[in-house]
Amino acid sequence: MTLSRRKFLEQLALVAPVSLPAIKSWAEQQQGDSLAGRGATGTLRDPSVIGRPRTPTDHKENDSEIQAIEQQLACNCGCTLDVFTCRTTDFSCTYSPALHREVLALRNEGKSAREILDAFVGKYGEKALMAPKPKGFNLWGYLLPGTAIGAAAVALLAVLRRRAAIAQTAEPTPVPPVHASPDELARLQRALEEVND
Amino acid sequence: MTLLGQFALWAALLVGLWCVAIAFSGRWQDQPELARSVVRSVYAVFGCLAVASIALWKGLISHDFNIEYVAAYTSRNLPSYYIFSAFWAGQKGSLLFWAVVLSLFASAAQLLTPRRYAHLMPYVAGVTAAVIAFFVSVMLFAADPFERMGFTPADGRGLNPQLQNVGMVIHPPMLYLGYISITIPFAFAVAALLSRRLDGGWIQAIRKWTLVSWLFLSIGITLGMWWAYVELGWGGYWAWDPVENASFLPWLTMTAFLHSVMIQEKRGMLKRWNFGLIFGTFLLSIFGTFITRSGVIASVHSFTQSNVGYFFLAFLVVICVLAFTLLYTRWPLLEADVRLESMVSREAAFLFNNLLFVGIAFSVLWGTLFPILSELVKGTKITVGPPFFNRVNVPLGLLLLGLTGVGPLIAWRKASTANLKRQFIAPSLAGVVTLVGLLALGLRDLYAVMALALAGFVTGTIVQEFYRGIRARRRMHGESAPLAFGRLIGRNRRRYGGYLVHAGIVIYFVAFAGMAFKREREATLKPGDSIEMQSPFGHTYRFTHLGISQYEALNRVVSAATVEVTKDGRRAGLMTSEKRQHVDSFKRPTFEPSTEVAIRSGLQEDVYIVFAGAVNGTEEAVYRFNLNPLVWWVWFGGLVLVMGGLVTMWPGGGPVMTGPRRTHADSYQVTLVGAGEP
Repeated sequence: MTLSRRKFLEQLALVAPVSLPAIKSWAEQQQGDSLAGRGATGTLRDPSVIGRPRTPTDHKENDSEIQAIEQQLACNCGCTLDVFTCRTTDFSCTYSPALHREVLALRNEGKSAREILDAFVGKYGEKALMAPKPKGFNLWGYLLPGTAIGAAAVALLAVLRRRAAIAQTAEPTPVPPVHASPDELARLQRALEEVND
Repeated sequence: MTLLGQFALWAALLVGLWCVAIAFSGRWQDQPELARSVVRSVYAVFGCLAVASIALWKGLISHDFNIEYVAAYTSRNLPSYYIFSAFWAGQKGSLLFWAVVLSLFASAAQLLTPRRYAHLMPYVAGVTAAVIAFFVSVMLFAADPFERMGFTPADGRGLNPQLQNVGMVIHPPMLYLGYISITIPFAFAVAALLSRRLDGGWIQAIRKWTLVSWLFLSIGITLGMWWAYVELGWGGYWAWDPVENASFLPWLTMTAFLHSVMIQEKRGMLKRWNFGLIFGTFLLSIFGTFITRSGVIASVHSFTQSNVGYFFLAFLVVICVLAFTLLYTRWPLLEADVRLESMVSREAAFLFNNLLFVGIAFSVLWGTLFPILSELVKGTKITVGPPFFNRVNVPLGLLLLGLTGVGPLIAWRKASTANLKRQFIAPSLAGVVTLVGLLALGLRDLYAVMALALAGFVTGTIVQEFYRGIRARRRMHGESAPLAFGRLIGRNRRRYGGYLVHAGIVIYFVAFAGMAFKREREATLKPGDSIEMQSPFGHTYRFTHLGISQYEALNRVVSAATVEVTKDGRRAGLMTSEKRQHVDSFKRPTFEPSTEVAIRSGLQEDVYIVFAGAVNGTEEAVYRFNLNPLVWWVWFGGLVLVMGGLVTMWPGGGPVMTGPRRTHADSYQVTLVGAGEP
């Protein structure tokens, strides 16, 4: 049986509106990857190589107060980073996400930033803070460098003042006579003028 | 080859000890053949260590996984340039690298030092050989790079993914070169004290070495910042980590020395202080090695904890005691030639500059060691992180920046009121105009505003110095401005190279200030989803997640998340951040998945995207987006600083006489009062 070209196009026009969405849906199911801008989310070929599965972030992750609190808390995985930096950088760390959840829980209880920091110090000790509180012995940690430099500067000033005073009262050092030709003296004069400019 | 390597290490140790024994016995002073033997043994040590190094490289290249070091740091599918750099990636290899480079520098010092310092050279050979012998002993008794295992694994573990970065191929050697080359000035200082030849000769002999060392440290630190920025993924470049601090400490004291040595050269002052600075710098370089290798302080950069730390601690104590005892015994011989004449002088400014450099070094050292001290005193552990260091050091850094501008404006010996007025008016005006402009723009971050205003002041100083120099040359020689600029630098490289270094420092500070305004945001995006961010410069960025693709590369499985970026509505391009699972040649995972950051660098700001992971194995991706202002300028500042350093140390460059009297004026030189150097 032969089908004329006209007949074929007429039948296609009838079938197309019904079948095209079905074909499109079938095609989307077949392909694993999503298409940009369509909002569809495909599955990854091998999720195991991408690290710890993530949970979607919400607005609290970007809350500047939460971030500020977490930047004052040390992660206890041994990375030397703060909780915020660690949880947004070292994605294999399991400590910082847990500490982040603790911060959120305390925040939900209505605690202030100060109270949250105190709660962490109470639970984990003073090492939970990225910098020790300037109290007691730790106050020395903050004050000693500045104090030492200040004291050294005062001592240096005193020594310099004394030596300068001695130098001013001392007999001026005799200047040996200069044996230079007029040409050399003229060049020296020009060089000095250049510097004085 | 391992047998040959171990034999070479033993030979290096024995020859080194011979060199030390003869050099410090002093018997070479009567017997010239012994003096020659001392010097030649330095070359022999270099030969032995070169053989040992070739043996280790041979093991690395031939994948001899029976060698513990080769199995720990390489794998069959590791790219060849990382196999090359694996030499210094681990504790044991880096010790050998240190020893062989030091023996090379020691040989170069013997070869290149002018004959007029021949009386110092056997002592220099003895000191360098002692340091080399120490490193070789550590290898032979605690960290043997040629140690074989009882079995041969089919493949090695491979190199840590964070070390698989071009920055890590260059950055550690640069830092090592800086650390290692400090030994040469230290050796000359000890030699000068031992020989009691305490004129300015040793200072002249080490000038190039101190600059080389400072230059390598500067390059190493800047490359380290770059590596941290592109590889660690936390969005910054300096975290006051103990190992970062350890590299910064000798840089600070060496910079102090480069300034104070000018006072000794010009005025014959600060002789004792300069010895102290050189000793301190060497000790800090060994201290840095101790910190990195002992595990005494937690750091992301340190090698695995091992007992080599005890060796370094003992070495540090012994060297400290010997060096300062030697200095003490020569104390009366180190009187200053002249006294300070005025408090308002370049010398006084340099003294305060030195005070600040050493003060900052003390402050950084104090912060680095404070956790240990606090634990000893209070019995409780504390963390000393960036908030502590920023609080203590930023004000000191700003003071130092201010002095960078003040120093060159004050005349040597004594500055008059008229001179001060003439010198300070334009730079101060530049600083004030910058300050007012920043406040008018609405900037309120105290430290950032101060840093930028002081940067304006120092820039004013530098521009004024160049302007006056060029104007004088044009007037005297009728040169065009570009020619006068070139010749101004060429004829006084030390002074104007120094100003270029100052310009690099100013650029650094401006860039550091920029980070006070960085923007950061986390987001979870499905393919097609977008978020917008406003940059501190007022640009609007839109980030659209396109999807995640997975593919295999040479030694890793890559998951690449791609983002389309638009800036102010115009397409800026695609950026891809990756998760990499490294595997060995049998496709077995070797390390935890690592992150590869996407960075688009611009003069105003960097777009910095980190792919944190995927939600439930889908293409829904979690990102961190950063807009980091002025980061490009950190690298540019580093470049300017290094260029300035190179200009300063380039040979020649003294004043060139022109005209008919040139032939018999070669030895004629006038030291101009007030025409000092930075």
